[in-house]
Amino acid sequence: MAVNKRLKGGSPAPVTRQTIENLSGEQISTCYQCEKCSNGCPMTFAMDIAPHQVLHAIQLGLTDEVINSDTIWVCASCETCTTRCPNQIDIAHVMDTLRQLSTQRGVKASQRKSPIFHKVFLSNVKKLGRMHELSMVAEFALKAGGIRGLLKQSGFGLKMLSKGKMKLIPERFRGGKEIDNIFREAENKK
Amino acid sequence: MKVSYYPGCSLDGTAIEYNKSLQSTARCLGLELQELPDWTCCGASSAHVTDDKLAVSLAGRNLLIADKMGMDLMVPCAACFHRLKSADKALKAGGSLQGLEQKYQGHFKIKSGADLIWENIGERALAAKIKKPLAGLHPVCYYGCLTVRPPKITDAPDPENPMAMDEIMRTLGAEVKNWSFKADCCGGNIMLTHPELAKKMVKKLLDMALEAGADCIVAGCPLCQSNLDTRQREIMDENGQPYHIPVYYFTELMGLAYGDPQVENYLNKHFTEAKTLLKQKDLL
Repeated sequence: MAVNKRLKGGSPAPVTRQTIENLSGEQISTCYQCEKCSNGCPMTFAMDIAPHQVLHAIQLGLTDEVINSDTIWVCASCETCTTRCPNQIDIAHVMDTLRQLSTQRGVKASQRKSPIFHKVFLSNVKKLGRMHELSMVAEFALKAGGIRGLLKQSGFGLKMLSKGKMKLIPERFRGGKEIDNIFREAENKK
Repeated sequence: MKVSYYPGCSLDGTAIEYNKSLQSTARCLGLELQELPDWTCCGASSAHVTDDKLAVSLAGRNLLIADKMGMDLMVPCAACFHRLKSADKALKAGGSLQGLEQKYQGHFKIKSGADLIWENIGERALAAKIKKPLAGLHPVCYYGCLTVRPPKITDAPDPENPMAMDEIMRTLGAEVKNWSFKADCCGGNIMLTHPELAKKMVKKLLDMALEAGADCIVAGCPLCQSNLDTRQREIMDENGQPYHIPVYYFTELMGLAYGDPQVENYLNKHFTEAKTLLKQKDLL
């Protein structure tokens, strides 16, 4: 399996089942492969590893496979798996943990749009307190797809603007020091 | 009746017609919405994907404001609702807020728009205000994911079969169609990063709504509505199959039933033409 580790300064610490259980707080070992998660999942058609296989792989310690899967980025966080799991494993939350690990370790090129989106979204909120749709989508389109990506989105954006569904200029900054503090603490942890 | 109100970022922009129709309907029902002063983004999907504590804190900042107001909190956006409920549960289970000093008590209920209207106002009061029943309209109600799932977060009594919008529409005289896709995912979360996949999910919902015999879809989430409404042209072009299904916010149809003169202005903001059907039914 192609693994793209774009890390500075040596290879990262190995991730075990225990690591993922500790980070997520979910007892992945209790999964007995009933496959309810995968049967209810609306995204399996686009996944390389089905949700029940993700849990199985983690149990077996095959963590690189899941951290570098398409599955974790294709997952739409619809929470059907979490709702139906008979062992109360919050599978959607396990997906979050895997995305966090993947982001730290370097996301493979074919799924790079997702971490770009989340980064752009959060930097927009950090700057403004509230998310400003137009600047967020424009910055994402540009960073993920270059000028061509921006142009592709521009027709949609113009229609939104013409219908008065997007604000051209963001409002004043909201949330005062608290938003600064929340983001500063999050960055300090890293 | 007074409640506190967290509109969320979308209701300030792409879902401005949801915000306006909700406010107008609330006024008509004697429901006073007190907007949280200086509310900020709930963190949406990006915070929980990035950092669990950041997600709790961004949502939690708004919960602290609501705490001071001490009233039931209405959250019309499904994603915001889910984030605020998640933070509420995490904080009550002993989780902490980073970068924020106050303590969270949480002596108030967090409810989605439709749930709050159905539970706090009730059938009789909703029926009493009707000027024009929604007779002849055959909607399917679409709830999407995040007001219902997972029930340990949302407290939804039946996460597989939510009913609040169905009940509201039935009370207003619409002939609501039953279908199995009311809480299936529309792919809203991945529309910008994986549009080709999300559009497949939207197409499935449109197909299933038609198969159920619906002439329109009623939504209560800005992301669901936007996904289903704004992508029909692209889906049509890509599949060579005609789609024309108006996607209304439930509050727009409430406004119609209650005689809100602004309804036409809300509908002008839709991408999929939404007025003809209502004119055919003598509702507009």
